[in-house]
Amino acid sequence: MADKYIIKTRIQKVLLHVFLLLLVCIILFPVCWLVLNSLKTNQEMFLNSLALPKKWMFVNYATAWGKGLFFYFKNSVIVSAISIFFILLLSSMLAYGLTRFQLPGGTFVFFLILGGMALSEQVALVPLYKILQALKLYNTRLALILPYIAFRIPFTMFLMRAYFISIPKELEEAAIVDGCNSFQRFTRIILPISKPVLASCAIVNLNNVWNEFLFANVFLENKKLMTIPLGLMTFQGDLKSDYVVMLAGILIASLPMVLLFLCMSKQFVRGLTAGAVKG
Amino acid sequence: MKKKKNLAPYAYVIPGLLMVLGFVYIPIIVNLVYSFFRLSSYSASMKFVGLDNFRRLFTNETFPIMIRNNVYYCVISLICQVGFGTFLAFMLESNLIGDRFKTVCRNIYFIPALVSLTAVGMMFNFIYNPQMGLLNTMLKHFGFVSLQQTWLGDRNLAIFCIIAMSQWQFTGYITLLMVVAFQNVSRDYIEAAVIDGAGPVRRAWNIVLPLAKEQLLVCSIITVIGAFKLFTEVYSTTVGGPGNSSQVLGLFLYQNAFLHDDMGMAAATGVLIFIITVTASIFQLKVSHSGEV
Repeated sequence: MADKYIIKTRIQKVLLHVFLLLLVCIILFPVCWLVLNSLKTNQEMFLNSLALPKKWMFVNYATAWGKGLFFYFKNSVIVSAISIFFILLLSSMLAYGLTRFQLPGGTFVFFLILGGMALSEQVALVPLYKILQALKLYNTRLALILPYIAFRIPFTMFLMRAYFISIPKELEEAAIVDGCNSFQRFTRIILPISKPVLASCAIVNLNNVWNEFLFANVFLENKKLMTIPLGLMTFQGDLKSDYVVMLAGILIASLPMVLLFLCMSKQFVRGLTAGAVKG
Repeated sequence: MKKKKNLAPYAYVIPGLLMVLGFVYIPIIVNLVYSFFRLSSYSASMKFVGLDNFRRLFTNETFPIMIRNNVYYCVISLICQVGFGTFLAFMLESNLIGDRFKTVCRNIYFIPALVSLTAVGMMFNFIYNPQMGLLNTMLKHFGFVSLQQTWLGDRNLAIFCIIAMSQWQFTGYITLLMVVAFQNVSRDYIEAAVIDGAGPVRRAWNIVLPLAKEQLLVCSIITVIGAFKLFTEVYSTTVGGPGNSSQVLGLFLYQNAFLHDDMGMAAATGVLIFIITVTASIFQLKVSHSGEV
């Protein structure tokens, strides 16, 4: 009886592991195939894309990096850094203002900003294009940064608000007694305590901004300003039939977010799940 | 306590509020206005045409194809990402699996969601490539030459190839969200069920799932919204082709606005996407508030 139960459990355990490993293969096998081919020559890839390379062409990665990928990276870093900084700044200020003061119309403002989460980028695309042209911002970095900030504020504000509400009032009351004004309380008490939620917001927003394509594709023309997702598409056009270098480029471009996730998966998961439940 | 009229609180709220109003709300309102006009991207002239843009949209020969493709994407994603993704989350939460193995699997399933849509699209252009792509090479290798396809080049298959790519990319995302939801279910309920003699399937179905119902609904709605915002996946692979066989609403909007210079029609398509996604979002907000104590 007991033996039977143990055997049954053991079989279940093995089957479950096999099933989960099979799925790991489905995810990783195409990626491995791409990595393998990125290390071949074009002829080799066309001859047999499953074979191992005769000579490992690590030079493909250097070529891809040299053919403009470096500039796309630089642009992505600049655009993301500025966007994330202002997303966090404006959202935390909003959350602070809405949780710490009884503003007339505060609830309305809260729901107005929250409603922004329901609005999709496609719907704003045509008017934004016209507005950015009228503001003479079309084809500048600001043409990406401003919409990125605006579209990410609702989600970020909501996440921060929930956190700020949970911060005990006593901390601030002590600071008021010590004569701190609201700005000092914000920068010296609230923000330092909120580091975990700031990290979660930063990383989830980074994933969004770093990979954003729709706006980048429409609001930029200048190759020198293109971010990675857009740059990759241009890369495809530039390289024509140099497939292996293109593959190397795709893989280089995908690496940063994956590495960041592996280092910060805790913050990532917290930010994503909080946002999804509430958003 | 505070008697003095203080303007400082407004200073915290106004910058963020202005950004959201200026770059989210105003464009969306303007889009609604544009949908009643004929306008071009090169000039400022606008001509009022009433509902003509909507008439042209609904009677366009690709309209049924787009709706069909968006609905296919939506339904298959619900079954695969939400349905199978949730099932997978249950499997990962089984106590037959070690914590270490569980975390590694969960993270690997999630990794594709971190890669940009264009990069994934370009990767799958290689995988689906008829000459040297992974799929056809594998089929040849195992002797199924007759099963080889042109994949993205096939009218009937193209949209399903794109849908399959998205399932590969995003199922792990839903799984991750559901795993966390399951972990938040109080151990007490599960232990009580164990004492009552409920097996793992009964426990999952009758205890854990109802308690994580809210998250499940949220995941479904995210998926529905995503399905009707679909753009980059198609743009980076088939660009709507062959013919218009894999055309979707998001790409149609883009092409009308920036290729055919028919911004009025694009705006009308935007209004349609707006109605669908906002309806789903309102539903989502209702759901996520209902569970709050």
